[in-house]
Amino acid sequence: MSKEERVKNVNDEIINKLDKVNSLKELNDLKVEYLGKKGKVTELSSLMKDLDNDEKKKYGKLLNELKTNINTKFDTIKQNLELEEINKKLEEEKIDVTLPSTTINVGTLHPVTRVINEIEDLFLSMGYDIAEGPEVETDEYCFEKLNLPKDHPARDMQDSFYINAERLLRTQTSAVQARVMDANKEKSAIRIICPGKVYRREEDATHSHQFTQMEGLIVDKNISLADLKGTLEVFMRKLFGKDRQIRLRPSYFPFTEPSFEVDISCYKCNGEGCSLCKDTGWIEILGAGVVHPNVLRNCGYDPDIYTGFAFGLGIERVAMLKYGINDVRMLFSNDLRLLNEVNRIEGGDLDETK
Amino acid sequence: MKLSKSFLSDYIDLNGIDYNDLAEKMVSIGNEYDSVYKICESTNLVVGKVVECKNHKDSDHLHITKVDIGEKELKQIVCGAPNVKEQIKVIVAKEGAILPGGEIKKCTLKGEVSEGMICSLAEIGLPNEVLKEEDSKGIHILNDDAIVGTDAIKYLGYDDEVIDFELTTNRADLLSIIGMAYEVGAIYNRKPNIKKLNIDDSINKDIILDIKTDKCLMYLGKIVKNVQIKESPQFIKSRLIASGIRPINNVVDISNYVMLEYGNPLHFFDYDKLGNKVIIRCANEKEKFTTLDGKERILNNSDIVIANEDGPVALAGVMGGLNTEVENDTKNIFIEAAIFDPASIRRTSNRILRSEASNRYEKGIDPNVTIKALQRAADLLEKYASGEKQNGIAKYDNTNKEDKIIEITLDKINSVLGMNLTTDDVDNTLDRLNFSYEKNNNNYKVTINSRRLDVNIKEDLIEEIGRIYGFTKIDGKLPILQQKKGVRSRKNLVIKEVKNRLCSLGLTEVIGYSLLSEEKSNMFKIEDYGKISVLDPMSEDRKILRKQLVTSLLDIYNYNKSRNVNNINIFEVGSSYFTKGDEYIEEVLVSGLLSDNIITNEFNNVRIKPDFYLAKGIVENLLKFLGLTNRYEFKSDINVKELHPGRKAGIYVERQLIGYIGQVHPNVEKNELYVFELNLTKLMDKKVRNIKCKEISKFPSVSKDLAFIVDRDVEAINIINEIKKSGGRLLKDIKVFDVYTGDNIDKGKKSIAFSLTFSDISKTLTEEEVMSVFNKIINDVTTKLNVSLRNM
Repeated sequence: MSKEERVKNVNDEIINKLDKVNSLKELNDLKVEYLGKKGKVTELSSLMKDLDNDEKKKYGKLLNELKTNINTKFDTIKQNLELEEINKKLEEEKIDVTLPSTTINVGTLHPVTRVINEIEDLFLSMGYDIAEGPEVETDEYCFEKLNLPKDHPARDMQDSFYINAERLLRTQTSAVQARVMDANKEKSAIRIICPGKVYRREEDATHSHQFTQMEGLIVDKNISLADLKGTLEVFMRKLFGKDRQIRLRPSYFPFTEPSFEVDISCYKCNGEGCSLCKDTGWIEILGAGVVHPNVLRNCGYDPDIYTGFAFGLGIERVAMLKYGINDVRMLFSNDLRLLNEVNRIEGGDLDETK
Repeated sequence: MKLSKSFLSDYIDLNGIDYNDLAEKMVSIGNEYDSVYKICESTNLVVGKVVECKNHKDSDHLHITKVDIGEKELKQIVCGAPNVKEQIKVIVAKEGAILPGGEIKKCTLKGEVSEGMICSLAEIGLPNEVLKEEDSKGIHILNDDAIVGTDAIKYLGYDDEVIDFELTTNRADLLSIIGMAYEVGAIYNRKPNIKKLNIDDSINKDIILDIKTDKCLMYLGKIVKNVQIKESPQFIKSRLIASGIRPINNVVDISNYVMLEYGNPLHFFDYDKLGNKVIIRCANEKEKFTTLDGKERILNNSDIVIANEDGPVALAGVMGGLNTEVENDTKNIFIEAAIFDPASIRRTSNRILRSEASNRYEKGIDPNVTIKALQRAADLLEKYASGEKQNGIAKYDNTNKEDKIIEITLDKINSVLGMNLTTDDVDNTLDRLNFSYEKNNNNYKVTINSRRLDVNIKEDLIEEIGRIYGFTKIDGKLPILQQKKGVRSRKNLVIKEVKNRLCSLGLTEVIGYSLLSEEKSNMFKIEDYGKISVLDPMSEDRKILRKQLVTSLLDIYNYNKSRNVNNINIFEVGSSYFTKGDEYIEEVLVSGLLSDNIITNEFNNVRIKPDFYLAKGIVENLLKFLGLTNRYEFKSDINVKELHPGRKAGIYVERQLIGYIGQVHPNVEKNELYVFELNLTKLMDKKVRNIKCKEISKFPSVSKDLAFIVDRDVEAINIINEIKKSGGRLLKDIKVFDVYTGDNIDKGKKSIAFSLTFSDISKTLTEEEVMSVFNKIINDVTTKLNVSLRNM
């Protein structure tokens, strides 16, 4: 058999065998068999040494063609086999995507905190500082400095928990007003909000003996009722939507004069009357007024120079209205089914750029 | 204050005014109401005359009556009342009448047809508090002047409309019909129509007043003789009922009637029992005194009493005494009209009894009205009790009755209101308010009538003007102020961030009650503390201010558990309250409770179950978040009896105890619960540096594993600390990757395996360099601690 015939035979043999290869292992074995150190192609190369230059050249070319041909074939088949194997694996790995997901229990902020955060962000942006004071407060700061002397009938408005004759659980965050004004040594302008817990002796579906209040106070020059109304409009529209109207209803608090109960137009019926607003079209939401000159005086401010306004609202009431909770006790029983509902971004008219 | 329309209309023209509209307008000027209603809302009630009354043969108490109600035929009505009889006039509920008890229908009672009902006052729906005992027991018998067939409710005056106001405490003037007339007049721009009285203020020298206390500001007395005690005329009764006061007899009713009219409480003494010397003094300490209601009261020296030579006869401003009570045989009356110190009355009534009188006294009385009330009462006693007014009065008066003058400019009014009122606007509101004034350009000098005790300063007057002019007319604007940024304290920020971090770690924020029971206040106590308790708690459960938050979390856990709520992993940030010496201290705590899987997938068998180490992981995460990496340690040395003794640790930052962590003791909660508590106030006191990133090594690190065999009760931290000390600067990380007891380990021992990571910032470490440190560690740990290297 001529060398050329031998080369052709080996080529045919390999092609024949390659056709039957089914796995990467078989392919590899075949590679060793032909291209390995003792392989059949290697064997053919060994014939070179007995040839003259011309023949070497000719034969060498033939051998190179053979090797290139075989290697290309090997690579193609290898690629195909690998693809097949991956596809098989992927097929096996198929899952049912409709099965339930793994639950990652993230926590949520309490609705009260959520409301406080929202209000704090608003007022910080308007230049108000966040102030705080003790919950175990003195009678002086909770009442007396706020124009509510002992034995004043208006003390009935807030039935308090006393610790002793001089100390009590604060009934209103207004106590912080007096503290901040008192502590301001320069007697300069003040702009604060004060969120915090307060305590009153009452308990029913809309009252809890412990609740959260947010007090706002401006003391500055030339502050008028129109400023109060404008500020409350911004405030209430942030919380309850941009169409809200404000109504100032005269009332009485010892620490403000004039004093108001403030209503917002009902966001459910837009003022037409519904069950939420008890057919009045208005929802009572906070108390406010112009700081009483006695309060300014008691805290070292000259009421002929400074005026101011103050407002206070119950955070639970806001949370109840915003999230449709009808019993304040739900917020203090901390039913996780309720808390976990208040756990996402809201839609509505939150985009204030529009 | 319940305001009767018929009573009010004596003092102001209410023609054409709808009472509901009036109520709404009152709200808009600051006077809220609870409800508007008719005294009696029942329908189809007519005057009937009982023509025939026979006993029912099958009943021991029913009567069969024939009643003339002005229709063609008599009605047969079966009636069970004991006081029904022939010839009386009664209230008949016709068929179809709606009563509080339901609709009246034709029916058969024990075989007899009944075509309606003869009613008691209770049955037609008068409120209990104004009824006498007999009003519920028997039918109401009408006077003979009632006309058969006419509307019985109208006849009785019970068709009167009432607004039940919830007044603000400053408006003492509105606790009178006359005050209300002025207020309503301001709304509708109508002048009140106040009857002029013929006042006899000469001095009657028969009565001797002895005023021993400056808490009595005014005391007037007048004698009316030979009164005849009987029922009041119907209009007085129905007006009292409308006002929520029970009619008693003509004399007592007149004292209440005049109080309602003028707002000044009166007291009527039986003059024969009182005598002619009246002493007003402070009570003696522990002085005993029996009030009208028969109760013995123990007084103290802040109470004011009216007394005669024998002792107290009335608790001033609160209640009269049993010993001088007006009774059915009383002949001669001593009328007291007085003013007492409001604060004293308030203190006494808070302690003893709150009454219509004390409510008015504590809010203040117009000093110009007392003499009028006295005269009016005497006039009414003459008219409706056939009394004989005696000349003159007894008088002590230490009050200032001058009108108040407030000077104000138009500018001031507008600058406070933020409006642009004109002088015409101001003139108009002052006229409506019945305030007289002098005007000079834009300067006002306003005279405030003494009835308005609440208007004293400029701001009060501005409120009055705004109120009547209408605050709704103000246009809101934002204040023009110097620009500044709003700031929050570091504490406020840290609390906010800690809450967010704990939420992201899977815990839900809760808010518990600050007040706890005595029992709970003693739980989860690391140390004794000065408890703060409220003087008069609402209940035993809400008595002491909490020093720890864990029991609140347990309460919330139990609340949810009992409702089958899962995933109870919660935290609270709240204050702890205690005293230290004289100081009241509030510190901020953060507390957490873990009871359920943080990550779950049931079908896939994924469960990150809470255990001590998960709780510890959350706490460590928080401490690192607060910038305290490498500055804290956990030691099992604390003693909290509500924690599992083998699963608890104190948390220390630089040797200061700042909290604890552990499993709740099975005695407290049988389910496996983990809790922690950190004192944020103390943590925030720790100085924390700003973030400066360390250079990250560009060279590879090398890990080496080893394990030590130690006694079972040796804590891993001992070995870790020794490894750290020995490893020096090249040792970057220590991980515990296995803790093992069992086969191949002696009893009483355990194996702890560590993976140590070495690297250098400036070069790749050679095997020799690593091994030299590694071997040093093995050598140091095995020689210094009672441990041996485990062959792996």
